[in-house]
Amino acid sequence: MLREYGAVLLFSVLSIGFIFVTLLASKIIRPNHPNPVKNSPYECGEVPVGNAWVNFNIRYYVLALIFLLFDVEIVLILPVAAVYKEWLNTGFGLLALSELLLFIAILVVALIYAWGRGDLNWIKTYERANAMDELKNAGDYPLEEK
Amino acid sequence: MTSATREKELKPRVEITQISGTEIEVNMGPHHPSTHGVIRFILFIDGEIVVRAVPDVGYLHRSIEKIAESMPYSFFMPYTDRVDYVAAINCNLGYALAIEAMGGLEVPERATWLRMIGVELNRIMSHLVGVGALPLDLGAFTPFVHALREREHMMDLLEILTGTRMNNNYIRFGGVCQDVDDEFLKKLEKYLDHFVLFLEEYDRLIGTNKIFIERLKNVGIVSGEKALSYSFSGPNLRASGIGLDLRKVDPYCFYNDMKFDVPVGKGIKGTVGDSFDRYIVRIEEMAECEKILRQILSKIKEGPIQSKVPKKLVLPAGEAYHHTESARGELGYHIISDGKSASPYRIKIRTGSFASMTSLAEIFKGMMVADVIAYFASLDIVAPEVDR
Amino acid sequence: MTQFIYMFIFAVIYLLSIAVAAGFLTVVERRIAGRMQSRIGPNRVGPQGIVQWIADAVKALQKEDIIPTDAHSFLFKIAPYLVFMGVFLTLVPIPFGAYTLMENLDTGIFYVLAMASFVVIGVMMGGWASNNKWSLLGGMRSAAQMISYEVPAALAVFVVVVMAGTLNFQKIVFSQGASPVDWYVFRNPFAFIAFNIFFIAALAEGNRVPFDIPEAESELVSGYNTEYSGMRFLFFFLAEWGNLVVIGALVSTLFFGGWNFWFEYTLEFSVPGRYPIRFEVLGFLWFLFKVSIFVFIIIWIRWTLPRLRIDQLMDICWKYMVPIGLFASIGILLWMYFVPEKSLADTIMRYSMTSFGGLTILYFFYRVFQNLRVTKAKIYANPFV
Repeated sequence: MLREYGAVLLFSVLSIGFIFVTLLASKIIRPNHPNPVKNSPYECGEVPVGNAWVNFNIRYYVLALIFLLFDVEIVLILPVAAVYKEWLNTGFGLLALSELLLFIAILVVALIYAWGRGDLNWIKTYERANAMDELKNAGDYPLEEK
Repeated sequence: MTSATREKELKPRVEITQISGTEIEVNMGPHHPSTHGVIRFILFIDGEIVVRAVPDVGYLHRSIEKIAESMPYSFFMPYTDRVDYVAAINCNLGYALAIEAMGGLEVPERATWLRMIGVELNRIMSHLVGVGALPLDLGAFTPFVHALREREHMMDLLEILTGTRMNNNYIRFGGVCQDVDDEFLKKLEKYLDHFVLFLEEYDRLIGTNKIFIERLKNVGIVSGEKALSYSFSGPNLRASGIGLDLRKVDPYCFYNDMKFDVPVGKGIKGTVGDSFDRYIVRIEEMAECEKILRQILSKIKEGPIQSKVPKKLVLPAGEAYHHTESARGELGYHIISDGKSASPYRIKIRTGSFASMTSLAEIFKGMMVADVIAYFASLDIVAPEVDR
Repeated sequence: MTQFIYMFIFAVIYLLSIAVAAGFLTVVERRIAGRMQSRIGPNRVGPQGIVQWIADAVKALQKEDIIPTDAHSFLFKIAPYLVFMGVFLTLVPIPFGAYTLMENLDTGIFYVLAMASFVVIGVMMGGWASNNKWSLLGGMRSAAQMISYEVPAALAVFVVVVMAGTLNFQKIVFSQGASPVDWYVFRNPFAFIAFNIFFIAALAEGNRVPFDIPEAESELVSGYNTEYSGMRFLFFFLAEWGNLVVIGALVSTLFFGGWNFWFEYTLEFSVPGRYPIRFEVLGFLWFLFKVSIFVFIIIWIRWTLPRLRIDQLMDICWKYMVPIGLFASIGILLWMYFVPEKSLADTIMRYSMTSFGGLTILYFFYRVFQNLRVTKAKIYANPFV
């Protein structure tokens, strides 16, 4: 069974090799005249202020967690789904159906819960920006929102 | 070099104090795909949201106003093209009318009609760029090309009228630089028949697109009061619900005789004065321009196109301000003459785009980066008109 | 050993074909875009410009490779590898014909879903490592978008898996028939919903308009690949267009009968040698035809629609597509339970769905021609100049 994945290994090696060889070929023929301005990050022609590696408010960590939940559920549900038809034919239909429905019900409940809590909202803009201002005026600038 | 040493080397570069926490300072512009030329905003963003913004103008400053002081009045006409190259004849007209008012020059009837043809055509062209660049900035490339395609036809027409496609330098004091034959008028009429269809099709392609509407409605709402306090004018002001059109309020040329409506923003998709209103006002205004052009075509008569103007024009001492309705709002020329030399003492140009820029810092606050682009595009700002 | 050599040759052919296909698609896309925009598009290199992509590749090969001083050079360098790998590896289990497939993996779809995540990692890595604020924004947006849209895609896949009873692509193709009536998309309404969800989610995962916010060129300059130049940029590019083929292939395999041609693939053919080569060729061409239709639709969408804002994008995913996907999943389970295959209700549903689909397409063409008549749109440019 694992032998099947030989092709996968082959493909990954091949794709890495392909890029590597092409970049190597490119390295031979391409010019290389670096200078500090050319090598500075592009920021629309201005000298960038500060670094891009800062605490960045990505705003979707809750969504990422929900995604994780869903993804794990899907990992668990797909193998069951694959045998669902077989079970229907062999007469275990009701069992499989109730199992799968239970699975999905958990997902639905999770989704409704997250929705109700407002975690699915990309935090709406205006209040947020003003809140930042107020906090800044108060001298207590938060590194992350609660 | 390994990443560890690289990071060690990078350490001093990180200026945490300056960017305090999660706020990032990022330059949008001058070389940015959607700043319509070279305009720069310094955005302080927190994630995707703009905490505050500092618009920065002046990257396209060519001291046009100062240049005017060093040359005779008539020499300055080509420079007015460059004030707003998208609607060049409108800028010509404003300057010519101001000078004519000061110098008391006569303009033959046919010349005025021709001026109006040029101005209205140019207004349509300018609005086409505006409504074309709006979907472009929202990510749809095709409508832009469609709009430019129509603009191309109009440029062909303008080429017959003025001799050039852009920066026409068409209007002279007391007239226009060249006459057209009836064939042009027929062509124009035929083209207008096509243009109505195009406009309707374009509005159906863009104005009914769900994504387009969702991106624009309730984005960048400028209420009527706000718009006045920002000194908005032209389509941007009308989109905020205030039907102020200088062609109606303070008519010049023969706009008195023209029958046309002034479209105002009604907030058909969201709130009055949102970005969608600014789009729809421009679309409706193009339709009005088409009506005006047809009226001009029915009224234009043969006649001279240039009155007698002294070769060395010296205006009487004093000052004058003349405003016209350009494609981007009120275009005013404030001219001061010392009464002795053949060049102006001072010229100040009041442009619509510059006034629109004043709203940015306040409106951008709290917007998402994508909305910044949408709002800015809906204002239809042209960088050279801002900086002059 | 010989088997390995065959495999190796086969894999190399795959690699070259995906590179060529992606390259060719860039030209096709530009020609189609040109057609839609009343212009011509690239037509200088080769007949009708079909080898333009070679010229582009050669140009990119000679371009200087700029790695910003401030960038994390290791991550910056490996990001294109991951992105390209993520697309290329998904091709392993996709059947292009009865025998034209690399490896008949039993995990099939599951494997594809997993491999597609490589792209997210690569894009995010490239965006972060560039040390450019636009790239950072692009990378973060793409992470948000891609992980979110994996959920509806997986739910849509769930529907297919329930119907097929397997994860294996080849078996999914077998369980559908050649005629539209047997395609999963027209089997029942839930599968039709699943198809729509899958297609939209695939667009989002492939960073295509209207979901191209990670590289939104009018907002983020070029998003996560702003700092990339020359060949490194080309691999992002290649991956994106290779992804078109993958999306098209996945959609046609999962919902549109795959390579099944007008003849039925019966057990008799499963013995190697009993299967006529012309069937294989015809099946392959039929599959390519289906794929190219979907690729065309994706390109068409790209040149028609504006892009969404990120909060709208997430709303569409979590507030519309995920609930609808869950609804379709529940629906298909009940449907499979209460309506056995080949029963009267099933047959009626199949035929009515197929005729509904056919009528929709007919109505679409009717509308197009009506529009053309109303606006009297002139054909501005000859497409073959």
